[in-house]
Amino acid sequence: MSDKNLLQAVNEALDMAMQADERVLCFGEDVGAFGGVFRATSHLQEKYGKSRCFNTPLTEQGIIGFANGLAVQGQVPVAEIQFADYIFPAFDQIVNETAKYRYRSGNEFNVGSLTIRAPYGGGIHGGLYHSQSPEAYFTHTPGLKVVIPRNPEQAKGLLLASIRDPDPVLFFEPKKLYRASTGPVPEEDYELPLGQAEILREGTDITLVAWGAQMQAIEKAADLAAEEGISCEVIDLRCLLPWDRDTLAASVKKTGRLIINHEAPKTSGFGAEIAASLQEVCFLYLESPIMRVTGWDTPFPLALQNEYLPNEWRTLDAIHASMNY
Amino acid sequence: MSDLRSFDVELIHQPAYLDPQTSVLPTFALLRQDGKLYSGAKAPPLSKELALKIHDTFLFIRALDERMLASQRQGRISFYMTETGEEASDICSTAALDPDDLIMAQYREQGALAFRGFTVDQFMNQIFSNEKDLGKGRQMPIHYGSHELNYLTISSPLATQIPQATGYAYGFKQQGKKNCVICYFGEGAASEGDFHAALNMAGVLRVPVIFFCRNNGYAISTPVHEQLAGDGVAGRGPGYGLKTLRVDGNDALAVYEATRLARKMAVEDNQPVLIESMTYRLGAHSSSDDPSGYRSRNEEDKWRKKDPVARFRQWLIHQGWWTEEEDEARQAEHRQAVVEAMKRAEKIPKSPLEDMFTDVYKELPWHLEEQLEEAKVHIRKYADIYPTTAGRLKS
Repeated sequence: MSDKNLLQAVNEALDMAMQADERVLCFGEDVGAFGGVFRATSHLQEKYGKSRCFNTPLTEQGIIGFANGLAVQGQVPVAEIQFADYIFPAFDQIVNETAKYRYRSGNEFNVGSLTIRAPYGGGIHGGLYHSQSPEAYFTHTPGLKVVIPRNPEQAKGLLLASIRDPDPVLFFEPKKLYRASTGPVPEEDYELPLGQAEILREGTDITLVAWGAQMQAIEKAADLAAEEGISCEVIDLRCLLPWDRDTLAASVKKTGRLIINHEAPKTSGFGAEIAASLQEVCFLYLESPIMRVTGWDTPFPLALQNEYLPNEWRTLDAIHASMNY
Repeated sequence: MSDLRSFDVELIHQPAYLDPQTSVLPTFALLRQDGKLYSGAKAPPLSKELALKIHDTFLFIRALDERMLASQRQGRISFYMTETGEEASDICSTAALDPDDLIMAQYREQGALAFRGFTVDQFMNQIFSNEKDLGKGRQMPIHYGSHELNYLTISSPLATQIPQATGYAYGFKQQGKKNCVICYFGEGAASEGDFHAALNMAGVLRVPVIFFCRNNGYAISTPVHEQLAGDGVAGRGPGYGLKTLRVDGNDALAVYEATRLARKMAVEDNQPVLIESMTYRLGAHSSSDDPSGYRSRNEEDKWRKKDPVARFRQWLIHQGWWTEEEDEARQAEHRQAVVEAMKRAEKIPKSPLEDMFTDVYKELPWHLEEQLEEAKVHIRKYADIYPTTAGRLKS
């Protein structure tokens, strides 16, 4: 077990997946010899050859269409979209093709071996098109799995599980944490389960849930609240589709209060799904309305990035509002 | 080839723009309408057995298309699309392939699937979306697929299969398999971005794929001159580094020969190929379309005289391999088989309720399990509203 950053953990997961299975192929824009604009695929071409780690032309719909074809042929494609902001040209391939392949063919064909990796999220002065969190566009699509890690150890285990999962997975990597988040990463090949939330901190007064880089915001908010004597239960959702309603419901039944935090805009964000579902199953246990601390319903701004992001202070504000309701 | 930044390029000192009018590709044709070869043309190496199989598939598809269109008009099925006039394109190109080569179709290539051995009952089960349909009754009629026959399940979004063909072909290359992918699409679909992405990637990554365009003159009501300003679809192939040929799509022999050579280049040299098959959509776009609103009967009649099936039949007769009498008898047999299969398919029930929820994922996740249970409770309660599914629910 040694300390690594999130990028190194992603790189290690890809390396191990390619080592373990020769059908695993990594490709995308600048992914080849250069190793990706974030260096997530460093040295993979050197180790496994140009046929298994390579550059594609600059075409997102092409990359995912190609990846669908590879997956249905029986290979294990790990396609990279350079920024999640640029996944939209591939939206048709992902939503109409990837997601529906097994269903529409009656299981004659499937693209379950496909994994799509994309750096996502703000906080790096990325403006409108290097900051987006598009996860809710995809959680509205039956047939996809959506996974988001919060630190290096999670990134490695969840990515290995995603590559080997029998369903297509969208794996969003919080790029703000690529180098900022470091921590111990087991040396061995390991998988973390998809579809399971993780309780990071047990508490009794209120439940806080987030994913990706926003875990830092709710952990800090929980620290600030603790100073005031408020006990927060902190949960990392990890997998948004399918998501772990049971873990969240058990927590909310205990605390009676819930705050959801995500970077993406509020309206129709994934927080809306969590809030609606939990009020269905926890109605009699709720002491206050479920609250959402999210990005505003605007495009992601450059100069006012700090005012946009739903940080620990806005979360703390919501904790006060919920506790005093 | 594609790195043009070298220092030894040819320079010119007058601005000579390339004129698209002067670079029109010719059309490869072997067989005249009377069933005789053009002078200087040479028949491809086509055995009697294979030639008769091609023609038999032609006759089956004609019988199927005619009967199914009539059934749609009678309200027995919800939707249908014929491939009348275009039979040589898909059937003769597929005849030039190995059975292990993968077919990715658009939707007007049922002939290719029939050639591969899809049975009349399998066609009917899909069209009637009954529980024996390989697709479990989930997709509209004519969205066929068969893993066994290497025919990828069709989907409605146009051109999405084209970059998938590039990817699938890359998989063949990666595994060292001596196979190729053939990917069919119409000239309208070639205007989608996925066409560009796919051909460019195939050229750059050098994969064993044959892109086969059926240029039949219309995308629903849109004539080809409102679709393409350049030299058709074939004119684009060289720009992507693809070997390219335009072929008379109503000439069974020319289509067969073009594809046979394309397959050789694809499989032996990982050379992607583009074939543009010039043909005519004799029928309506679909059972939901009436072409009299956008084209003349006169135009249709001119093309009806270029019928690919009649042309090939004449060739077979000249070869001494077939007779008019055999032809008529076989047509009647196919019609009979289609009608009988239709009667069988109509009696097979729809899929059970469970099939609405399975295969979204490999395993049923918790939320779908919950929704299936919710649907069952509702259907049991309102059994008279949903009589067929309610009757099949296990208690």
